[in-house]
Amino acid sequence: MAIGVKVMKRPEGSPSYLRASLRGMALTFRHLIDPRKVTMQYPDEKWELSKRWRGTHRMEVHADGRPKCVACGLCPTICPSNCIRLVPGEDDQGNRYPIVYEIDEFRCIFCGMCQEVCPVEAIHVGQDYENAEFTRERFVYDLDRLMAQDHPVTQLWDPADPLSE
Amino acid sequence: MHEVGALSPTAFLVSSAIKVIAVFTVVMVTVAMLTLLERRISAWIQDRLGPNRVGPFGLLQPIADGLKNILKEETLPAQASRFYFILAPMISIIPALITFSVVPFAAPLPTPWGLVEMVVADIPIGILFIIALTSLGVYGIVMAGWSSNNKYAFLGGMRASAQLISYEVSLGLSLIPVFMVVGNVTLPQVVWAQQEGIGLWFALPLGLSFFLFVISAFAETNRLPFDMPEAESELVTGYHTEYSSMKFSMFFIAEYSNMLTASALMATLFLGGWDIPFWKGDNMVVVAPGVVQGAEPHVLKTLLTLLSFAVKTAFFIVLYMWVRWTVPRFRYDQVMHLGWKVMLPVALAYVLVIAVTILVLDSIGLPYGLGYGLVLTAVSVAVTAVFLFIIDRDRVISGAAPRPERVRVRRPAERALVVEGEPRAVPGYARVPAE
Repeated sequence: MAIGVKVMKRPEGSPSYLRASLRGMALTFRHLIDPRKVTMQYPDEKWELSKRWRGTHRMEVHADGRPKCVACGLCPTICPSNCIRLVPGEDDQGNRYPIVYEIDEFRCIFCGMCQEVCPVEAIHVGQDYENAEFTRERFVYDLDRLMAQDHPVTQLWDPADPLSE
Repeated sequence: MHEVGALSPTAFLVSSAIKVIAVFTVVMVTVAMLTLLERRISAWIQDRLGPNRVGPFGLLQPIADGLKNILKEETLPAQASRFYFILAPMISIIPALITFSVVPFAAPLPTPWGLVEMVVADIPIGILFIIALTSLGVYGIVMAGWSSNNKYAFLGGMRASAQLISYEVSLGLSLIPVFMVVGNVTLPQVVWAQQEGIGLWFALPLGLSFFLFVISAFAETNRLPFDMPEAESELVTGYHTEYSSMKFSMFFIAEYSNMLTASALMATLFLGGWDIPFWKGDNMVVVAPGVVQGAEPHVLKTLLTLLSFAVKTAFFIVLYMWVRWTVPRFRYDQVMHLGWKVMLPVALAYVLVIAVTILVLDSIGLPYGLGYGLVLTAVSVAVTAVFLFIIDRDRVISGAAPRPERVRVRRPAERALVVEGEPRAVPGYARVPAE
């Protein structure tokens, strides 16, 4: 028998319907008046997310408002679901920057590899799950949208606790 | 005797119109609130909170539900019988709303224009009218089931007709002792008998009637554990499977107003109606237009008795819901078995017992009063005890697990593994036979 399987002790002989029903009603009455309820009133109360919760992406921004992304192309390369589209550009000083940077959140499997691979800590998965939209197109986040996201970012690993023990 | 003065014909018309509107409004609002209460109670029983977002404590939830139902698309199955499909919800809702009209809900109210009885229509056939109308309600259900041209709806309708016919019989028979003791079928007289005539609420002197009536009322209103007509797990939702939007809602309103009427009826017939216990000041009955027997009517007394009536009705409504969220649905054969082989003979036998008791009491000349009621109580308690003893212990309805406990027979190879003299626990089985 598997662990944690409750073995019901069935009554022997002929049980009484009336008494069983009355016992059941006593049980439900105790729950009826019990003030402890399990409901979490969602928009008012929310779960505390794990530090490693991986939700929709966020692009880190320099102080002057430019994205930190250097368009190295590592994240679209490693992305297992191929949901990142990057068109790199280069300015006259030779700095690379993304001309187009789009993430299709519908294709994304939220593995967090883009954040792990990013050499400049620009792209992050974030602690966010309230990402409903009315159209499919809205799920393709462009660069401006990614930079505008303000939810906290995921801590893929804790330097003080690298094995997360 | 208190002479308050009869209403003039005009005042009678006006007061009746006011009563009709007030009672209808109160019943409809209460029905709406009951849908909310049902959801809240089910939630509390299951350790949830229930709908509490719309308005304070979720009190506006019924309005939101109603609006949603009005705005939803009205579907009409292509193969359905159109006329009866549309007629069915009306047929089921109208009797459900009308039945409340004969229930007295408070002590008579003295007004400057005369005495106003707190019942919409004090018709001389009172309770018979209610029984007739609740039987009419089943036509709506059967019609809905038949006209939908859907096998589940059809089965639901069939079950409804079978179940309601079965329990109508024991419902009527369980009321006969009440009529015999009161000697009248109008509900104000029934209340008066419980206030002064016997002086006891009929739940005591006619205990078994009360028990049978409660069970039959559960069956009549199609509430769990008797909701055969809409057994969700078997019949989708039974007779209203094909209904949508407001037509579905009308079945829903019909169910809840039936429940409200049944609760009010149980309170009136067996818990003294609007009587306030241990207080003589509210014991009154209208014997002629404008003439009251017993205590003097007063506005405050009317309000207090109204409150008393509301509390008693609420008790039965909560009982309905409490039972619904506790007891699982009966099997169809169990319903029929209980109806015809238990309720009917027991109700008949009880009629006989009460009739004989009344005959004996009358022939020895015991005055009709509290002593009379106490003797009836003693008889009823004895009969109820015998009934409960017989119905108990699986003789009538079986409980959760009538099967004998499984005993595992060890296979030879397995037996060889057992160390001699050491009992080996076999997980999953509560008991292993000792060898």
